[in-house]
Amino acid sequence: MTFFRDTWIIFSRAMTLSLRQPLWVLIGLLQPILYLTLFGPLLQTVAASSGFQGDAWQVFVPGLLVQLGIFGGLFVGFGIIAEWRSGVIDRQLVSPAARSAIIVGRTLRDVVVIVTQGVVLCGAAYLMGLRVPIGAFLLGLVLVGLLGAAFSFISNAIGIATKSEDALAPMVNTLALPILLLSGILLPMTLAPAWLQMVANFNPFKHIVEALRAVFRGDFADPIVAIGLVLAVILVVLGAWVGSRVLTAQTK
Amino acid sequence: MGSAIVIKQGPGHAHSTLATPFLPLRRRAAATSNTGEVTMAEHPLIIEAKGLKRSFKARGAKGKTIDAVRGIDLTVREGEIVGFLGPNGAGKTTTLKMLCTLLAPTDGSASVVGADLRRDPVEVRRRIGYVSQAGSTSPEARAGQEIVSHARLYGIDTKTATARGKDLLAALDLSEIWDRTCGSLSGGQRRRLDIVMGLIHQPRLVFLDEPSTGLDPQSRANLWNHIRKLRDELGTTVFLTTHYMDEADSLSDRILIIDNGTIVAEGTPAELKKRVSGDTITLTMRTPTDAEAASGIAAALNGADKPVIDAHVVRFHVPDGATALPVLLGDLTKAGIDAIGVDVNRPTLDDVFLTLTGRSLRD
Repeated sequence: MTFFRDTWIIFSRAMTLSLRQPLWVLIGLLQPILYLTLFGPLLQTVAASSGFQGDAWQVFVPGLLVQLGIFGGLFVGFGIIAEWRSGVIDRQLVSPAARSAIIVGRTLRDVVVIVTQGVVLCGAAYLMGLRVPIGAFLLGLVLVGLLGAAFSFISNAIGIATKSEDALAPMVNTLALPILLLSGILLPMTLAPAWLQMVANFNPFKHIVEALRAVFRGDFADPIVAIGLVLAVILVVLGAWVGSRVLTAQTK
Repeated sequence: MGSAIVIKQGPGHAHSTLATPFLPLRRRAAATSNTGEVTMAEHPLIIEAKGLKRSFKARGAKGKTIDAVRGIDLTVREGEIVGFLGPNGAGKTTTLKMLCTLLAPTDGSASVVGADLRRDPVEVRRRIGYVSQAGSTSPEARAGQEIVSHARLYGIDTKTATARGKDLLAALDLSEIWDRTCGSLSGGQRRRLDIVMGLIHQPRLVFLDEPSTGLDPQSRANLWNHIRKLRDELGTTVFLTTHYMDEADSLSDRILIIDNGTIVAEGTPAELKKRVSGDTITLTMRTPTDAEAASGIAAALNGADKPVIDAHVVRFHVPDGATALPVLLGDLTKAGIDAIGVDVNRPTLDDVFLTLTGRSLRD
């Protein structure tokens, strides 16, 4: 099946390029680390209030991991636009490589980068005082990977469809902010008034954050955990489908 | 068989020609027969396109359809360099992209290197090379890595790809760039690297989209030599698009002229120029009155067409400028008027285009 071989070739190339430019990987990590070290300590005081189930780190770090997954994936579209401009995308489209491999190989690279950043983030969180079962960390990384994949697909799809940074940037920023605010990433939505909680319930990422929070508390049996995982998987499948369709449409 | 070619094989081989042992014997035989001459008509068709059409829906509320390509029939024989010439917006790149499978035709059919374009595009992709106008490499990537990665997409293993890539680089005067980043190369080097990438899987047909755009004159001439080498030494068929007359003229065995989505003429450069009514003579006179008088004298020349007057400059065509000129100057002196400048030009492809479409190739 050439799809797997082609995906691996595209992934290797993308991975080699990322490894040659570790600066971008570090910058992507900077945001959650800054939040962790500069905002996190403030939460320790707030944690005493009701609405925080578990200590400050158990509540905050899941949000940071979800934020890493979403934002890490959301901005990769700029990379594919640059590659399209350099003629790389056309070059790969003219080769016999499977069309979907061109997108999936890149997303796989993004997932590796994001999960690596997730590991570093968890390490830093551990240093700041986070204590959770190892299974929780691993599940957290799985979720980060799934979210990263979903948003990488979507960002690449928008990037290839618009071929313009000027179109991608406002779209990405418009998506990012409401997701961030309505997911309870910074503070749990249980602190919000009823109307805001209701609005937030339509945001699938809020449930994913809640799922990860339950896992960090040790509540593996809580139904929200299953719901969150299923939502993440659905988002990945949806993103992959959209990404492939957009790429195939390039030649129509 | 014609000349036997003995090649020394080895990595870092500085003098390798393009005809390395990778080339199957069959193709080298086609390049030189026992008589030393091969007529193009004996070569099989490598592209056969009928009625290719491509329409775009314009963005906006009107939803108007733009017919970029309006039914193109074309044939290309193996081993020739075909130039696809036309002004910007004529449909060259659109046609090229259709033949490369980058764009699906709205209508029509084509057979490219023996594979059906619309029913089996993946097989077409295996058999053709394509060098885009935009380039093909990421600036931060290493040249060698890009070459090997691209070759693997065609099923070529890393070792073969490395050896073949280095040979091709050497043949295109790029011996030392394997470890350099693509962005650090000059424009001409990068373009030749793109060509190496397009040839790494030894396609019988390679498409070049505006290959010398943006290159300085020296790099252009250098590139043309390499393109000729492809045909001569490898037997590769080259299909190139261009809006430069000199490129089409000096490089192509055959030219297809496209305007407004259809082919308006085809033939060898010499055949096409024959269609234009001879040489152009440009007379620069002292005054517009002199120009009027000169115009009358020019019109009386054997085989001259109606002269065009532009202030004190008179321009007209004659079948043979070399024999007409002495007669013309003699007649002018007899009439008591003198030209202060005279110019005789052989027909150019721009003249051909002008004759065919009433417009100049130059934008």
